[in-house]
Amino acid sequence: MGPALIVVIVLVVLIILFIIMTYNRLVSLREQVRNSWSQIDVQLKRRHDLIPNLVETVKGYAAHESKTLEAVIAARNAAMGAQSMGDRQQAENMLTGTLRSLFAVAEAYPNLKANENFMMLQEELSGTEGKIAYSRQHYNDVVNVYNAAIKMFPASMIAGSSGFTQEQYFQMEDGERSVPTVSFNG
Amino acid sequence: MNYSANPERQPVGDVRHIDPQGAYQPPPRPAAPWIFEDQIAANRRGTFLLMFVFTLFLVGIVWAVSHIYDPGSAYLLAGVAAVVAFFLSFFSFYNSDKIVLSMSGAVEATKEDYPFLINTLEGLTLAAGMSNVPKAYIIFDSAPNAFATGRDPEHAAVAVTTGLLEKLNRYQLEGVLAHELSHVADRDILLSTVAAVMVGTIVLLSDWVLRSMWYGGGRRRRSSRDGGGNALLLIIALVAIILAPIIAKLLQLALSRRREYLADAHAIKLTRYPDGLAGALEVIANDTEPLEVANKATAHLYISNPLHEHGGWLNSLFDTHPPILERIARLRRM
Repeated sequence: MGPALIVVIVLVVLIILFIIMTYNRLVSLREQVRNSWSQIDVQLKRRHDLIPNLVETVKGYAAHESKTLEAVIAARNAAMGAQSMGDRQQAENMLTGTLRSLFAVAEAYPNLKANENFMMLQEELSGTEGKIAYSRQHYNDVVNVYNAAIKMFPASMIAGSSGFTQEQYFQMEDGERSVPTVSFNG
Repeated sequence: MNYSANPERQPVGDVRHIDPQGAYQPPPRPAAPWIFEDQIAANRRGTFLLMFVFTLFLVGIVWAVSHIYDPGSAYLLAGVAAVVAFFLSFFSFYNSDKIVLSMSGAVEATKEDYPFLINTLEGLTLAAGMSNVPKAYIIFDSAPNAFATGRDPEHAAVAVTTGLLEKLNRYQLEGVLAHELSHVADRDILLSTVAAVMVGTIVLLSDWVLRSMWYGGGRRRRSSRDGGGNALLLIIALVAIILAPIIAKLLQLALSRRREYLADAHAIKLTRYPDGLAGALEVIANDTEPLEVANKATAHLYISNPLHEHGGWLNSLFDTHPPILERIARLRRM
């Protein structure tokens, strides 16, 4: 065996090792993306689960706000039925909006606001919305790392030939941290 | 009483029967991409080094002291001390969080009484991609402060004072919790908690020896017929005993000051809202109440020095924390 042959063999082995390692790294990153997506999923489902109870409670005090209540239920059902990422984003945003208007309506009912059950539902819902935001932030962080990894050369060659595709970010409005609009007129 | 984090918020009742689908069970979470692995390794090394130094120190003190009282059995006593120190190290490795929590009079917080605290802690662990939510503890003290403890993220606890919950708004409390969670994720808590227990032991021990020598040792030394060799040992023993608390203190400082900046920076990675933590530090800085449950052994654990020993360059040399105004300034620049 000549020295040239040995060099070729060593090079081939090194290249194969590199491919295996890169592939495994990409698999683990993709797994992280899926895993962190399921964290958002848990929180979104939790929010869906809280809504029937909330609607029932509000009904007891503000029955003639049925329009707002129906909007919340419709948005919840739409969110639960949504399949694709884009549809879900849209439906969940819609749900956030209707919930916000429900709590705005509730401001006019002091008895409802003082209701123990309502208060803890409100607390639990805002806690869950917070967790949706936190897990979404983590998901987007992980997607960012993954997307960058499969785009970078030479990993991009391996990613392209073994079916690693860009993952979508999960966008949701969160008005929580935007500057509150305070009105002094009414 | 209402310990909510927001003056407008009302106390919240039982939330256990909200979820008709059964208990909330999150799936396993991926590792956080932002945690520095080398930071964790360094903290682990530091902990073992600390345990080693502690054992050595204890053995040295016992050997020196027993030379004064009874030179014949010095080696035997030193051997006993080595065994005791070894077990004490292991004991504090596994139990220091409980010791520190009970030293501070902390009680576990329930979700029924502190829903926002628990929810935020759970949310931040989601943002950090950590697989375990630290237990939350409450210290009934009106001075606003907080600390984290535990040997790893699976056995971690975050303690906050009722003063913190009363004086901060929600974003500020979120910032403080994120800061504490960063200490958990980076394993700062292991090192600092073990340090708290060991420094406490050393200070207590040297205090005790110093006192017993003051009242009884001198008399016995004079009655013994030993030559100049023992006088030298006596000096060594005295120096060791006097230096013990100072060394312990310096050790503690090395551990804590730089970590605070790092934990501040990591906290902002979690909350994406520097003003929250900066505002919290401002509230804490402007508060002059001392934290009664804190002492020299546990001071370095807290988010801000609870003892309020300010002033003088010599004092600042011995500070466990960087100046809070500098921390606020750094946060405001982010």
